[in-house]
Amino acid sequence: MDGIAWARFQFAFTVTFHYLFPQLTMGLALLLVLLKGLALWKRDERYNQTVRFWARIFGINFALGVVTGIPLEFQFGTNWAKLSSFSGGVIGQTLAMEGVFAFFLESTFLGLFLFGERQLGPRGHFTAALALFLGSWLSGYFIIASNAFLQHPVAYRMVDGSLQLADFWTFLFNPWALWQYAHNMCASVVTASFVLASVGAVWILMGKHADVARICLRTGVVTGLVFTLFLLFPTGDQQGKLIAQHQRVTLAAMEGVFQSGPNAELAIIGQPDVKKRQLENPIVVPGVLSFLAYGTFGSTVYGLNDFPEDQWPDNVELLYYVYHIMVGLGTIFLVILAWAGWLLLRGKLETSRPMLWILLLAMPFPYIATTAGWWTAELGRQPWVVWGLLRTVDAASPSVNAGNVVFTSLGFMGLYLVLGMLGFYLAVREVERGPVPSEEANRELHSSIRPTTAASTE
Amino acid sequence: METFWFAAVSVMLAVYVVLDGFDFGVGILHRFVARTDEERRTVLSAIGPWWDGNEVWLIAGGGVLFFAFPRGYAAAFSGFYLPLMIVLWLLILRGMAIELRSHHENPLWREFWDSTFSFASVLMAVVLGTALGNVIRGVPVDASGYFAIPLFTDFRPGPQPGVFDWYTLLVGVFTLCVLAGHGALFLVWKTTGPVQERSRVLAWRAWSTAVPLWVLATLATAWLDPPLFANLWARPWTLILAILVLVSLVSVFYCQWQRRELAAFLASSLFLLSILAATMAGNYPNLLRSTLDPAFNVTVENAAAGRYGLQVGLVWWGIGIILAVVYFLFLFRSFRGKVKPPTPGHGY
Repeated sequence: MDGIAWARFQFAFTVTFHYLFPQLTMGLALLLVLLKGLALWKRDERYNQTVRFWARIFGINFALGVVTGIPLEFQFGTNWAKLSSFSGGVIGQTLAMEGVFAFFLESTFLGLFLFGERQLGPRGHFTAALALFLGSWLSGYFIIASNAFLQHPVAYRMVDGSLQLADFWTFLFNPWALWQYAHNMCASVVTASFVLASVGAVWILMGKHADVARICLRTGVVTGLVFTLFLLFPTGDQQGKLIAQHQRVTLAAMEGVFQSGPNAELAIIGQPDVKKRQLENPIVVPGVLSFLAYGTFGSTVYGLNDFPEDQWPDNVELLYYVYHIMVGLGTIFLVILAWAGWLLLRGKLETSRPMLWILLLAMPFPYIATTAGWWTAELGRQPWVVWGLLRTVDAASPSVNAGNVVFTSLGFMGLYLVLGMLGFYLAVREVERGPVPSEEANRELHSSIRPTTAASTE
Repeated sequence: METFWFAAVSVMLAVYVVLDGFDFGVGILHRFVARTDEERRTVLSAIGPWWDGNEVWLIAGGGVLFFAFPRGYAAAFSGFYLPLMIVLWLLILRGMAIELRSHHENPLWREFWDSTFSFASVLMAVVLGTALGNVIRGVPVDASGYFAIPLFTDFRPGPQPGVFDWYTLLVGVFTLCVLAGHGALFLVWKTTGPVQERSRVLAWRAWSTAVPLWVLATLATAWLDPPLFANLWARPWTLILAILVLVSLVSVFYCQWQRRELAAFLASSLFLLSILAATMAGNYPNLLRSTLDPAFNVTVENAAAGRYGLQVGLVWWGIGIILAVVYFLFLFRSFRGKVKPPTPGHGY
């Protein structure tokens, strides 16, 4: 591996690890607002208990998200100096806005939400949850808007070899950003829903915390089903159409299409052989790809053969597989959740042991699907880092040698291994401990597990 | 316009030093001012609601630097590659230490995280000071607009220096003392009892050590002769900053002597703000001064983003900063008063 490859590895590794945490906290933030709202509306203490439990999980994930997020902003400068200096005039806007608008909001209200329930009262606590939701979803938007510019640059001007912003609103509301954001946030809610349903299923199978478990299970299945539907249609569909329109070579590589033509087949399964330029052992549905991409069966889908190889994504195989894993898992989620929803309607969800086991075991898969989705987006953009404007090979820091990047990559791997183990251990311990019955008991628990903020709110 | 953004980035980073500075200071002194587990928990409670928000000023300041001066950000971050990675790891370790120490009752576990917290805080203070030293001394930016600087060479500031040389280390040690004093004054203000008494003694000692170091560092700066003092001399309004530095330094001692706790902490905050503002004003218009040739300097003019983008930024930045200040005032109000020791029986 050369310096570029190591720098790419480092960013891929740190961003993939980082995103395990925000995808849960963003989705969970919405579910917490929902549950807190239900608690207020129904005046039902069981919902408050549920909120308090998930707030503890939220806190752990949030802390890990913060500490693993800082290295990403730094890496733009340390490892990708040419990218920063080339495009900072545009994407610097949204990255700076994230700090100024989202992070201050989140860091202020996190402590108040986690430890200020008694001080704030029910409405105040709901408002704190709302602020936290707003902060984390804003943060997500600014990041997606930056990424969308790299995927589909708009509203820029090239001056002296670097990019300048030409129109703020066009840049901020890049159509690519809107669909990518909608798709990504749906995925985030699906992850959180599966986590909720899975923990609910664990408790029911263990015969513990029946009230809270039922709320988690039901909420998770319902929101999971709704947002999985949104995930496929319209957000996933529209995202695909944007790729078909603006990144034709990416579409060809994702779908494993080598030969151009109308009535393009959609490959469900198959292994791309890039050397022979064909898909092996394929199971295909004729015409569907043309229809999905351009709206009619007769539309021409361009294959990789029509593009020079230096325009191809540099890892066609991996791109093909991660894309198919994402779509395949999304479809399986829909089947599982529709089945679970049907059981829920008939009042049999909590007694159906096979379904509870399926939901329990499903927990890691939304994380895999989201990761695969982001890898699709990032691998699909290659060989460009800014689509059509700057190649990845020209974007790294000229003054940083490969050895330094190897050294720091190893450092991150070691540190994140420890972080991951600690995070996993703490989360499992919280699930074992389960919800606590009253607000007072919750405070006692908090002051024992995290004295720093709990004590100061007394 | 570029000047405004230079000032905005400088102020945000200075606010970061004042805010995260006090929790670094608390970290430096943690093991000395708090001996029992209960005292240590009290000390952590004092910074608990703050440290995360304080770090946001670094992230936001870095973000604004990226947005306003992309070329400066690119050159500085890739040039200071290893020191920045060390900063990242220290920040991660510190965060983990604060949040994890009380998850187990085992005294060894707690001792380990307390030591990690202090170790990371000491190093962070030194590294921050060293960074400031590097900005004053200059770095070997060449014709490409980039530079690579090793961690250390022969510890002499020359045209090809290392991140650590005797000058930057001197600034680093000075910063360590000042931030220790700053954190001690924060603890005097927020705590009671033996912790407060010990902090009071340590605050006096730290500041008494910082003053001669400051004189030494100033003399060293004059001897190295970067354009800093000449620039300040050429801009008479910066005299106000110099006066502020002196007044706040005297107030730090006077307020301690008078036992005015909040005033002493505010005076030390003002000292940090004004000394950083004076340094940045002396460095203007350079973001990075080249030790090789002034023609290679990375300045506000040659590193700035497009004018339209900077103008748009003015609007959202203004709104965002007002909101951030409101949040911080709200937090200060929510967590006002002395930190009470954690009630016995609450889980321990």
